[in-house]
Amino acid sequence: MSGLVGRNLLAGAEPEVARDAGYQDPPPRMGFFTDTSVCIGCKACEVACKEWNSVPEDGLEFTGMSYDNTQGLSADTWRHVAFIEQNRRVAAGAPVDDRTGDGTGDGAGGGTATAEVPDGSGGDEGLRWLMASDVCKHCTHAACLDVCPTGSLFRTEFGTVVVQEDICNGCGYCIPACPYGVIDQRKGDGRAWKCTMCYDRLGAGQEPACAKACPTDSIQYGPLDELRERAAARVEQLHEHGVSDARLYGENPDDGVGGDGAFFLLLDEPEVYGLPPDPVVTTRDLPSMWKHAGVAALTMLGGIAAVYAANGRQGGRR
Amino acid sequence: MSTSEVGEGGVRGERPGREAVVGKGEHPRGGRRDGKRRRGGRGERAMVPDAEFTSYYGKPILNPPKWEARDIAGYFFLGGLAGAGSVLAAGAQLTGLPATARALKISSLAAIAGSTYALVHDLGRPARFHHMLRVVKPTSPMSVGSWVLAAYGPAAGAAAVLDVTGWFPRLGAAATAGAAVLGPVVASYTAVLAADTAVPAWHGGYRELPFVFVGSATAAASGMALIAAPRGENGPARGAAVFGTALDLAAVTLMRRRLGMVAEPYREGRSGRLMRTAEVLSVAGAAGGALLGGRSRAAAALSGAALLAASACTRFGVFHAGVRSAEDPKYTVVPQRERREALQQEH
Repeated sequence: MSGLVGRNLLAGAEPEVARDAGYQDPPPRMGFFTDTSVCIGCKACEVACKEWNSVPEDGLEFTGMSYDNTQGLSADTWRHVAFIEQNRRVAAGAPVDDRTGDGTGDGAGGGTATAEVPDGSGGDEGLRWLMASDVCKHCTHAACLDVCPTGSLFRTEFGTVVVQEDICNGCGYCIPACPYGVIDQRKGDGRAWKCTMCYDRLGAGQEPACAKACPTDSIQYGPLDELRERAAARVEQLHEHGVSDARLYGENPDDGVGGDGAFFLLLDEPEVYGLPPDPVVTTRDLPSMWKHAGVAALTMLGGIAAVYAANGRQGGRR
Repeated sequence: MSTSEVGEGGVRGERPGREAVVGKGEHPRGGRRDGKRRRGGRGERAMVPDAEFTSYYGKPILNPPKWEARDIAGYFFLGGLAGAGSVLAAGAQLTGLPATARALKISSLAAIAGSTYALVHDLGRPARFHHMLRVVKPTSPMSVGSWVLAAYGPAAGAAAVLDVTGWFPRLGAAATAGAAVLGPVVASYTAVLAADTAVPAWHGGYRELPFVFVGSATAAASGMALIAAPRGENGPARGAAVFGTALDLAAVTLMRRRLGMVAEPYREGRSGRLMRTAEVLSVAGAAGGALLGGRSRAAAALSGAALLAASACTRFGVFHAGVRSAEDPKYTVVPQRERREALQQEH
């Protein structure tokens, strides 16, 4: 524990998150890399998650907005496949036509391939679909865990964040604390629920149900360091193909939440997928909040004391 | 499409999966962003130019608080009334205003009892309320608050009971002093509780919100004193009403200025109406109390009631403004995007 003294554990990069949480000799931090460029929107992850974790039905609604009737993460949806239909023409990535070889292609012609698409035929014809499987980010600095007053939310030896359902008393504080809108209160149950990254499967050396079920390996599970390397290579590959919009989201340990345990490769801005563009863990500012509250409390005490003092001086005549 | 063979053993040969080549989205001509524009158009006054932003079919990014307004905004009000009341009670006791002191001790006990009920009632599992005292957790304002309430509640209770019964006067004085020391903490920590969330209208105002809350609490408790205290004793209450109201209104103004477009929920809709009502009532209450409260018992009581109502409106207004700011993705996306772009320009 002496290693914790003098360090800011509320924000910033934190390479040994499980060790800092008190585990003596933790396994490597595990995570998800969700590569949305190969997601086909099949929702097998949603189903596998529900089946394995016995997550109840979350409302059978027809939204009419897209092929997404799940709408978002909630207490009863721990994987959510977003489906975005854009009025945007899709140009072939570089070597689609001659992709008989090793698939990685030599993407030198990537930039030029896009130029072959006929131009000037109106801005809004053409269509592209984006699909992305969203999940709890298992933040390095998890606001839900920080604000939980009962100790129900805890850091596992794998560096993930899990709710203990026998402890949670349904205070609901974690819900507005989460900068991603992941954790939620289950109706009729009262407690907070979210993705556990299949903590029970991890302990047995298995991969989480969603990753297991994903037919295209869009959801990849593994040691976070390895996933970050793999993701960096994938982005580079896509850039070579001319897919300049490809970018990683949540992989940077210096971001506002200290990096996500579950990060993504996106093909558009994060908010298009319903993700916050620059989330910051709220507890980063907690020391400043307490300082301001302390000054406010003293202001109140001082103000009231001054009122009594002023009144006492003139109060003699009453 | 490809040469892979699919057999019982899965795909044999090449697996394009992870390395699949994907299409490239072209930017449409004439306009970079193509998602939903703001859902607005309700004819509301725009305080800042419409920010262009994209969202996922207008769905909120955050999960808004699931707290009941009656329970949690009600607790913000009652906790403030109790905490500030204990400070005023101690002052009254010290300066020889026993009737005021007793009235405020009783109101603080009642308010903190009501607070406790509201807090337990709001839990998803009320039977597990004692789990709040399972751990001591400085990173959780709710944990800190639970322990503060666990100390403050008995102190406020003892102060009231021992004053009314006249038993153990020394213990009563100690309880009164203890409650007065913890009172400001009870009145101010709830602002940290709200601000320590991702809710834009709460977190963005974390510097000013504690001052809004203690100002509102002081105004509420002085309102209670104006109602309960005899006319000859209400001088300090009138002063405290002016002080609390001035602090509250100044802090709200500063907070709105800092929040920029995120201040919209404090001006629009139900939360905006509550905030405006609070302003009118608190100015009326403070002015009425200060100018007429010393002359007429009825005017004092009426002013006190206005101050109490103003404080309640402020708390419900802040509460609903927070919920409103969490429900609209605009308030999450636009400030974060601006922050990121400003940072990128620096580099």
